[in-house]
Amino acid sequence: MLTLECPYCSIQADETELHAGGEAHLKRETVGSLDNDFEDYLFMRENPKGVHFERWRHVAGCGKWFHAARCTMTLEVFGTYSAQTLAPPKDLREKISTKRPGWTWRAFS
Amino acid sequence: MSTRLATAGRLLDRASTMEFTFNGKRMQGHEGDTLASALLANDQMLVGRSFKYHRPRGLVASGAEEPNGLVNMGAGAFFEPNQRITTTELFEGLAAESQNHWPSLEFDVGAVNAKLSRFMPAGFYYKMFIHPRPLWKHVYEPFIRKAAGLGRAPTEMDGSSYEHFYAHVDVLITGGGIAGLAAALAAGRAGADVLLVEQTAHWGGRAPVDGAQIDGLDGDTWVKETVQALESMDNVTLRNRTMGTGVYDHGYALAYERLTDHAPDQDGPRHRLWRIRARQIVTATGSIERPLSFAGNDIPGVMLAGAVRDYAVNFGVSLGDRTVVVTNNDDAYRTAITLKDAGLDVPVILDARPTADGSLVQQAREMGIRVALGKGIAHVNGAKRVTGVSICLQAGEGSEIEEIACDAVAMSGGWSPVVHLWSHCGGKLIWDDAQSHFRPDASRPPLGADGLGFVVPAGAANGAMSTAEVLVDAFQAGAAAAKAAGATGKTGRGPTGDTPKEEPMAPVWLMPQGASYKLRSKMWLDYQNDVKVSDVQLAAREGYESVEHTKRYTTLGMATDQGKLSNINGLATLAGALNAPIPAVGTTTFRPPYTPISMGAIGGEARGELFQPLHKTPMHDWHDANGADWEPVGHWRRAYAFVRGAETVEQAVQREVTNTRENLGLLDASTLGKLIVRGPDAGKFLDMLYTNMMSTLKPGRCRYGLMCTENGFLSDDGVVARIDDDTFLCHTTTGGADRIYAHMEEWLQTEWWDWQVYVTNVTEQFAQVAVVGPNARKVLEKLGGMDVSAEALSFMDWADGTIGGFDCRVYRISFSGELSFEIAVPASQGRAFWDALLEAGAEFGVMPYGTECLHIMRAEKGFIMIGDETDGTVIPQDLGLHWAISKKKDDFLGKRAQERDHMTDPTRWQLVGLETTDGSVIPDGAYAVGEGVNENGQRNTQGRVTSTYHSPTLGRGIAMGLVLHGPDRMGEVIEFPKVDGTSVKAKIVNPVFFDPEGEKQNV
Ligand SMILES: [Zn+2]
Repeated sequence: MLTLECPYCSIQADETELHAGGEAHLKRETVGSLDNDFEDYLFMRENPKGVHFERWRHVAGCGKWFHAARCTMTLEVFGTYSAQTLAPPKDLREKISTKRPGWTWRAFS
Repeated sequence: MSTRLATAGRLLDRASTMEFTFNGKRMQGHEGDTLASALLANDQMLVGRSFKYHRPRGLVASGAEEPNGLVNMGAGAFFEPNQRITTTELFEGLAAESQNHWPSLEFDVGAVNAKLSRFMPAGFYYKMFIHPRPLWKHVYEPFIRKAAGLGRAPTEMDGSSYEHFYAHVDVLITGGGIAGLAAALAAGRAGADVLLVEQTAHWGGRAPVDGAQIDGLDGDTWVKETVQALESMDNVTLRNRTMGTGVYDHGYALAYERLTDHAPDQDGPRHRLWRIRARQIVTATGSIERPLSFAGNDIPGVMLAGAVRDYAVNFGVSLGDRTVVVTNNDDAYRTAITLKDAGLDVPVILDARPTADGSLVQQAREMGIRVALGKGIAHVNGAKRVTGVSICLQAGEGSEIEEIACDAVAMSGGWSPVVHLWSHCGGKLIWDDAQSHFRPDASRPPLGADGLGFVVPAGAANGAMSTAEVLVDAFQAGAAAAKAAGATGKTGRGPTGDTPKEEPMAPVWLMPQGASYKLRSKMWLDYQNDVKVSDVQLAAREGYESVEHTKRYTTLGMATDQGKLSNINGLATLAGALNAPIPAVGTTTFRPPYTPISMGAIGGEARGELFQPLHKTPMHDWHDANGADWEPVGHWRRAYAFVRGAETVEQAVQREVTNTRENLGLLDASTLGKLIVRGPDAGKFLDMLYTNMMSTLKPGRCRYGLMCTENGFLSDDGVVARIDDDTFLCHTTTGGADRIYAHMEEWLQTEWWDWQVYVTNVTEQFAQVAVVGPNARKVLEKLGGMDVSAEALSFMDWADGTIGGFDCRVYRISFSGELSFEIAVPASQGRAFWDALLEAGAEFGVMPYGTECLHIMRAEKGFIMIGDETDGTVIPQDLGLHWAISKKKDDFLGKRAQERDHMTDPTRWQLVGLETTDGSVIPDGAYAVGEGVNENGQRNTQGRVTSTYHSPTLGRGIAMGLVLHGPDRMGEVIEFPKVDGTSVKAKIVNPVFFDPEGEKQNV
């Protein structure tokens, strides 16, 4: 059972307090988009062995959505951050680079 | 024969005698006995029958690894099967019965399976499955069913109580032997919060039995003093009778505390499941001795050498008067010395090694015990008991050199570290050639959230096999764990042990080395599941190379002991058959729990009423007292109908529909979700969430709305009321309140976080009553207060005011087609308001109605119901709800998805009404058949029923359904086959069956 730090409460929350919300940083496609782009948005997800960015909600706590960067192999958590952003914070990306040199994920590295 | 010795028994209180029964036979034991030691003291060597061949089985071990000694215990609500007798502490009045035999333990008909054993080889079950079906059904299955299963299932609800307990600690130490104690000393002194758990009732593990000397003290004294020292530390918690059962991600662990199993009359919970979050976990779980594979190693009287020693030292019980010791290592000599010291006879120690001259070996020789080197057991003689052994050369093929009479055999194939907890969460193992065992690879531990290891193996569980090594290793482990957990105190000097010098063991996987098939087919690897050396070799010959496949094919290690004794021996046998090194064959996966734990402990307090808290409306008690036939809706209970007198539920439903249509009905609608959406951008937000336009709704007005997911599928519906410019109140379905609230929060927080909107779930703040029927206005006017006339409050208006003195908000909305007011009052006033309506309504024929009446009335009007007409694959367009989908809006959730070609496919089934030609009711979920068959030879379908009822208003069966090109086929008759082979015909009609102009509601 994972623990993740809620960036709003600053508490180490058990997985049972949290709700998993799938991949982070999806760009919403909508009216006017091409079929392929819209299908990618609806269905195509990253499934990496390694660095991954996810959405979680502190549902049995403050109720806030946040983002987590973690390793799907080792379950190491690199950090959590606000969901109200379009990209992982720079310091977090640098921290991941020291632990997983050369990592990439979608457009990020 | 096994018996109680005159002396010794370090765990016994000889002064206290306890009575118990085994298979109805009365026996006596002492306080401190386990059921196992007490049975042996009464010469009860036969304790069960094996699973497949029903072979007689005696005890092999003295602890949690015991495969054979499983019994039914207790009676009635306290009955439980598969209780392990080696870990069951004796108590006064204990009643146990053995399992897996018929008609009796001594005479078992199933034992004939053993005679058929050559017809039941490895993969027996798999091989049977490919035989012709009739043979399987009429021959094999009845036979296997009769033979299968250990124990009986309880027939009553568990009468005991259980609880969960949460703990957060710096260092969890599992295992209270000298390793765990030493680790706790180090971690405790360093200042860490320590929880030390031990599965048995006693501290110190087997070191005192083995004569360990620590810091110049004997084992018992050191253990006692160390436990006292730990108890005096405020930061250390000790719990015995508590087994560390599993290690999970990020330092989560479970421990299983048995509170009253040893004292059933004691109050309180029976078991407590500890849910622990530890920064570091030390696994000081010791090691388990391995059996040797020789013919007849399953005959009662053959036991692990360490267990023979345990019974003698701890319980003053001897397995036999003459015990042959057979070994590949020095440790088993301790057993010979212990037995000799107790005045028992050890005719010979058979040591498979060609040479042996360690200090224990010398000591045995000096005591006059015969030591035969390079020898092994060709076969054990006896059936239900050992009567002797035939000796052979280990290096040979089993030619008998000599026969020795004995009544017990103590065997030792070496010791394997208990690596289960280390491995549960990904800790890796390495093969130790010198000890011929797998031990933790400290460089590849399970990793925590910070990417660093969080499990530290200690002592024998880490492959440290002598007292001296154990103490050094475990003290270091405790110190390292405390440091990693952030403790900074000094640990001081650790305890030191004194160990006799032991010579290396020699791996012996087959005894003798060149054993014939006949001998190999009598060598048991897995005692409980009856897997033999020959079975694993056959599996290898049949192509099974992976240990995971071999395990499933032969059922090796799949019994309730999960292969604690058999895994390494089975692995080595497989490796031998494949001519591969053991580490190349690999291990099977270790999964929690370490030993089976009770289902009650897993459930904890969550049973009965506490299993899931029930939501109750303010009127719940009235419903309960007035004939409510309850149905679960989400976490709520709603009245399906209110049954009066002798009528059936169906009759009650029909009465409620008729009365509501003709007079006055009351519905408790409090369970409907109520979400307040407020802020300058609330209108814009709701325009994105609903398919129709909400921003144009005028304050004081209501609008029915549909919500879709981003996939375009219909998700929820309900009436939205605009309270003021910035505020909307959104009704959701009963089951949808929490889900839709979360849906709104998700979009607000993660997509449109710059929009100024707040959402609050006020569902349980209000009681809501639907006052429905031609007399609805009359009853409200009688109660008096606000103006509810058609002019003041027209259809789809809402207004605040008072009625009968109650502050309320009245919505003029209708889900029945009748004149209808949905009235919300503060939840605290709900019951009083309900009572007032009933009293005032008496003269107007008021009757409460339930959810089924609601469903029938809405179906008569052709209104859809989320969950009936929708199933997660239905879009609003399928339901003819185009009118509720805005064409003016640029965007809303689901809009783009509804443009996808599959969604605009004209062959999507469409909603229609269905009227049976014979007036009957179409079965729920029935499919309409079409012409021809599909590629699987099944009848083609052209539609399905989504809602179906008997309409008392129309006096016939009505239904709604989705039908291919349905709206274009009005008047056409289609056929719905029923499960009984007949079918019902129905005419496609408009789904609005009743009052299509809405004359009844608009009055
Ligand atoms: Zn939080």
